[in-house]
Amino acid sequence: MGKTLAEKILSKKSASDACAGDIVIARVDLSFVQDTTGPLTVRQFQSGSFERLADPEKTALFFDHAAPSPNRQLSNDHLLLRQFARETGCPKYDVGSGVCHQVVAEALARPGDVVVGADSHTVTAGALGAFATGMGSSDVAIVFALGKTWLRVPESIKITLSGKFSRGVGAKDLVLQLIGIVGADGATYKALEFGGSGLANLNMSDRFTIANMAVEAGAKVGLFPTDKVAQDYLRSQGRPDHYQPLAADDDASYEKTINIDLGALEPMVAKPHQVDNVAPARELKGTKIEQVFIGTCTNGRLEDLAIAAGILKGKRRHPETRLIVAPASPKVLLEAIGAGYIKTLVEAGAIILPPGCGACLGLHQGVLADGESCLSTANRNFKGRMGNPEAFIYLGSPATAAATAITGQITDPREVM
Amino acid sequence: MLKGRAFKFGDNISTDHITPGRLAHLRSNLPELAKHVLEDADPTFASRVKAGDFIVAGSNFGLGSSREHAPLVIKMAGVSAILAKSVARIFFRNAINLGLPVLICDTDGINDGDELEVDLSKGTVNDISKGQKLTFGRLPDVMLKILDEGGLLPYIQKYGDFKL
Repeated sequence: MGKTLAEKILSKKSASDACAGDIVIARVDLSFVQDTTGPLTVRQFQSGSFERLADPEKTALFFDHAAPSPNRQLSNDHLLLRQFARETGCPKYDVGSGVCHQVVAEALARPGDVVVGADSHTVTAGALGAFATGMGSSDVAIVFALGKTWLRVPESIKITLSGKFSRGVGAKDLVLQLIGIVGADGATYKALEFGGSGLANLNMSDRFTIANMAVEAGAKVGLFPTDKVAQDYLRSQGRPDHYQPLAADDDASYEKTINIDLGALEPMVAKPHQVDNVAPARELKGTKIEQVFIGTCTNGRLEDLAIAAGILKGKRRHPETRLIVAPASPKVLLEAIGAGYIKTLVEAGAIILPPGCGACLGLHQGVLADGESCLSTANRNFKGRMGNPEAFIYLGSPATAAATAITGQITDPREVM
Repeated sequence: MLKGRAFKFGDNISTDHITPGRLAHLRSNLPELAKHVLEDADPTFASRVKAGDFIVAGSNFGLGSSREHAPLVIKMAGVSAILAKSVARIFFRNAINLGLPVLICDTDGINDGDELEVDLSKGTVNDISKGQKLTFGRLPDVMLKILDEGGLLPYIQKYGDFKL
């Protein structure tokens, strides 16, 4: 029988015939931590009396969750990570280098790699055909030391896409709809594998958005085959040699198949406090929004800022709605400056944050007040997520976010385009 | 044999309920962080839980972040095991890696405050308050071995590698 993409990658990396349900030991091509999971990883590594990294070139430390640090404690955590980098030769991406998943996408992950990060949204790199998954600090400490980990080979759910998005609809709407169908635990321990004729209509930014949120359905990984779109992307990032064609076998076995027609989708929003609590944006009209946040590993790319700037050009944010924008990396920020998007967004009343994660997880920069609501392009709307358990988070696309910033209430972007 | 009271929680208790991002600055001060364990699901939990007690949850416990601090502060609070209908993947691995047992069983019949006895080797939960017995699913062998050694680090220190 043929193999799924997950089985193919794990077979190669474990030098075995890996089938769904098997437990394998896989070589890891890239392991990384960020500044809120890294200190515990370092302490676990040190308490295990490990001194050397298995391969410094296959590890990375990212400073993105508190970037720059808002307080003494987190500054000291940064100090610990910098010292670890000095001692071990582990490459570090210090404050200002961008969100780990965006940097991994731009510069590090390759098709066919096994990528393990101490951050749940490590799944983002699945868009490039990497078996990328999140783990905790202990697991990553052991990968740092041994260069390998154990994995249960997941069953795969096939998501077959057809058609193309209609105006005002995008990848975020697709993935929110998908999570609504599958449920917040519907893909737990499993892989989501995307395919179908509709793939050709998804650019890499779309694919990163979708893979990024696979974990919100519980999935271990969200995998895309590689094609010309992936090849062109890797070339545009200056690493054409990293491309390799990857696809599941035609006779691979899937637990089930879900068909989605991109053309039938509409702007979607996830309501508080669960990501699978989805509804069409038009049904939420009238919901007052005090803050709009555009950014994160889900939707902080150039394409996302282009969509938001396109809607906000020549307009102003609603006087009672704050608009916060965080480009996902310095590369995105520079390109957005070059393209004029940052000027447009600032003229529309936006505050531009440094590349980083802080607002999304409620660490700093955009903490909500009691009773306030935020429309965010992030991936999570759990109670307390943006720093206040008495606040409410709605998730939507950059287009929905921009439209909502103009009207001050949740707005289907097609109304203002 | 583990013995303690049940602290009942519903479905979809996220790592943000257990140890939210707003407390990220306490992650290198674990005793302080542990004072806030599960604060956004039940603000009284940290002050009421005693050594040996159990968290008894619905489905998808621990969804969200990879932060290992979530099972770590639960363990520091004295919780001897987590019983749930299902557990999110990363949390599951993290808990076992810290030597904190996670038992998958039908928790609907257990009420808050019930006295429970858990026999890890037999795979049974005895609800003394109800006079009912439940069985829980077996962990994959690799996780059982990690749990037997008290967690991933002691396991690797003993074997030097993964042993399947």
